[in-house]
Amino acid sequence: MNSGAKHDSKFLAALLLAVFWLPSTAAALSEAEARHLLVRSGFSADVAEIETLAPLNRKTAIEKILRTAGTEAVTDPPAWVEGWVPPRMKALSAEERRALRNQNKERGLTLKAWWMEEMTNTPTPLTEVMTLFWHNHFTSSLRKVKAPVLLYRQNRLLRRHALGNFGDLLHAIARDPAMLVYLDGARSRKGAANENFPRELFELFTLGEGHYREADVKEAARAFTGRSVERKTGAFAFRRQWHDAGEKTVLGHRGRLEGDDVIRILLDHPRTASFIVEKLWRGFISETPDEDEVARLAQVFRETGYEIRPLLAALLASDAFWAPENRGRLIKSPIDFVVGTVRLFDLPVDRYEDLARLSRRLGQDLFDPPNVKGWPGGTDWITAASLLDRQALAERITGGSRQAEAQAIAIQAGRKLKGSARRAVRFDAWLAELPDRWQQAEAVSLLLLAVPAVDVEILDRRASGAQVRQLLGDPAYQLK
Amino acid sequence: MTDLNRRRLLAATAALPLGLGLMPRKVLGSVPQKTLVLVELSGGNDGLNTVVPYGDAAYYRARPKLAIKRDAVLPLDERLGLHPALEPLMEPWRGRELAVVLGLGYPAPNRSHFRSIEIWNTASQSNEVRQHGWLHQAVSEAGGLLPPQGRLGIVLGGAPGPLAGDALTAVIMKDSKQLARAAAMAGNGTLQTANPALDHILSVRRQTQEAARQIEARLASAPALGASFPKTPLGRQLKQAAALIAGGVPASVIKVQHAGYDTHAGQAGRHPRLLGELASSLAAFRRALRETGAWDRCLVMTYAEFGRRVGENASAGTDHGTAAPHFLLGGRLRGGLHGHQPSLIDLDGGDLRHSLDFRQVYAAIAAGWLGLPAGLESLGRPDPLDLFA
Repeated sequence: MNSGAKHDSKFLAALLLAVFWLPSTAAALSEAEARHLLVRSGFSADVAEIETLAPLNRKTAIEKILRTAGTEAVTDPPAWVEGWVPPRMKALSAEERRALRNQNKERGLTLKAWWMEEMTNTPTPLTEVMTLFWHNHFTSSLRKVKAPVLLYRQNRLLRRHALGNFGDLLHAIARDPAMLVYLDGARSRKGAANENFPRELFELFTLGEGHYREADVKEAARAFTGRSVERKTGAFAFRRQWHDAGEKTVLGHRGRLEGDDVIRILLDHPRTASFIVEKLWRGFISETPDEDEVARLAQVFRETGYEIRPLLAALLASDAFWAPENRGRLIKSPIDFVVGTVRLFDLPVDRYEDLARLSRRLGQDLFDPPNVKGWPGGTDWITAASLLDRQALAERITGGSRQAEAQAIAIQAGRKLKGSARRAVRFDAWLAELPDRWQQAEAVSLLLLAVPAVDVEILDRRASGAQVRQLLGDPAYQLK
Repeated sequence: MTDLNRRRLLAATAALPLGLGLMPRKVLGSVPQKTLVLVELSGGNDGLNTVVPYGDAAYYRARPKLAIKRDAVLPLDERLGLHPALEPLMEPWRGRELAVVLGLGYPAPNRSHFRSIEIWNTASQSNEVRQHGWLHQAVSEAGGLLPPQGRLGIVLGGAPGPLAGDALTAVIMKDSKQLARAAAMAGNGTLQTANPALDHILSVRRQTQEAARQIEARLASAPALGASFPKTPLGRQLKQAAALIAGGVPASVIKVQHAGYDTHAGQAGRHPRLLGELASSLAAFRRALRETGAWDRCLVMTYAEFGRRVGENASAGTDHGTAAPHFLLGGRLRGGLHGHQPSLIDLDGGDLRHSLDFRQVYAAIAAGWLGLPAGLESLGRPDPLDLFA
């Protein structure tokens, strides 16, 4: 299905299109702008990254970030992802089932830790930002799917297409075993078509509510019958004898429609591009998509045949992305908060499981979104519980000796350690490593915060360790 | 109350945003607040071994190992009786302060813990996903009808669940030091900003701080509790709940959690222990509130994601099922049996058919206890059960 050549030419055309529309801002970025681009497209921005990007103009800076984004994780996956054989549940004794449940639980945590490690160490954070974006769009959970290997395979699929072609991604996800289990497609058969997957395909993956009717869901369900999972390998299987090959009508199109036909109909529907653009807008710019701009960007998306990279290029180049009023207008997700803090201060991580637990405690449990709608995000991230937890975390995990930092992460994550972590209060060491001019209070504030601090007064002098700590506790540190 | 006890009690807080502005200090708690105490039986309680259909031979056929013997059951009527471990509930039963609601469930039951508790939490249909808790929805739908002083909820155990959302300020009190932290939270409370994200953070901070200070102040002058509670997680949570209510903390909802009901194996040892802990904790809670004169403004409700299958499994346990009975306890209830016991013969694939929709209980509590209007759309406009005296 994936034709590289086709996409390359589409990509080129799209890039030209995007470039043509870019405002002719040849000027170099300000340091605040460089930081803004880095934090929104990644998790954090350190001095070196800012200084590399700042001399570039918007277009070049955006191109640089998009060009380097990858398709594979750099962290080695857990060994058990190879050679896995799906268990035959019916053949297992109660004891064996319990052992399997425990194994799944353990492996699930290892899988979360693996992704945390990847996000923390990736040289191209945009790859992970987009993989997470699709994980929150095409949700699946360990809780329902059970087998961690299937979620790992889905995660690879999402990363492979993360900045590729949305049409290819949609076709692939409709054959993905984890998705087939998560939304009950695997057991959907002629005469008993399951509507779960097609319903979410319409409502959450492409059109959104109000753009289809109940009858479309029922008919589409018939088209997807027969898509299942190979029992011996856990791979995709098409069971012809389960498939309903009869005539169906979906969104006004009539014929002996197959699943792929339904997806093509959805990709032809103008609403799909707008729906995805709106969601990306909420992820990268603000909670309030601009109608005209969404229409313009959706046009770019459709004209490139749903290439994601040029769409992102246009989105990041939009006036709205750079508008001062949209700086610090988004609330950091738990992943942004945890990964961003660890990356920025280069904190030692003893076990990445601890980072996964921390993120869960703050409301974002990787591979286990709350339901098919994913994490609601936005203001929902901040409750009194999570705000207090975030402040306590920022206070504890930064500063002090590296050993104390690793211990503080573990304790905050709820892991018991022998002895207690020394209270970490000194940021002087971190500050001292910064280039001289970045040690000024105003520069440190720019480095840590997207908008001016609420509680902390920034004076025109060198920053102190205590001040860094105050800045991390400031409400502005919750924004990106 | 000694400072040490208070400190322990003061555990942690966390609030969900209110979005309705600050609770004015003098309005808060000017009227004694009625409180709903939700007890989540996590894991799915085995209803058939809780309220035992001891008059039904089919029960004994389905459970050769796990059935509770006829002569051990505490009879409620000639067919149904409580598990012997629930003996501490017999006093409120005789006093007509215990309502046993039979056969609670919903159509097209889901057997996943996660999904089914989500359905109970959000009062959704089986195939419908809702983001917010039923209490949030009910209070939102009723608009300003819940007086501002009642918009505080306190979560002592588990997830906010039924309170999830921003119609109630939900304060979470779990680990120590957090309440004090919240009360002491630094900050520029009056700052105005045009940035909606920042504005949200600042308003959550204000509300948390305000609620935490209120709770601290109330607890400082709370009467001492004479009743002794089991020294278990549930006992401690209900002791906290009793102190909060007796101290006049104006929370309309307090949620506690009793975990461990997922009894797939070796149920005969574990389940009676759980029920015993539940009953003795609830009895202590009732005693404590009767002594402090607060019992009449308190209503307790148990709930769980599901009951368990009718037949026992090969590991002397029970697997995920459907309908189950639940308890309501309070000074102003119509005590006794409500609804009717599902058939043990006419099953749905080995599972009970529910005889009462759980939303009917929610609707009764919303209208009869919280003072919200009847017929709320968000609860599916069910006929409310006639629960209150």
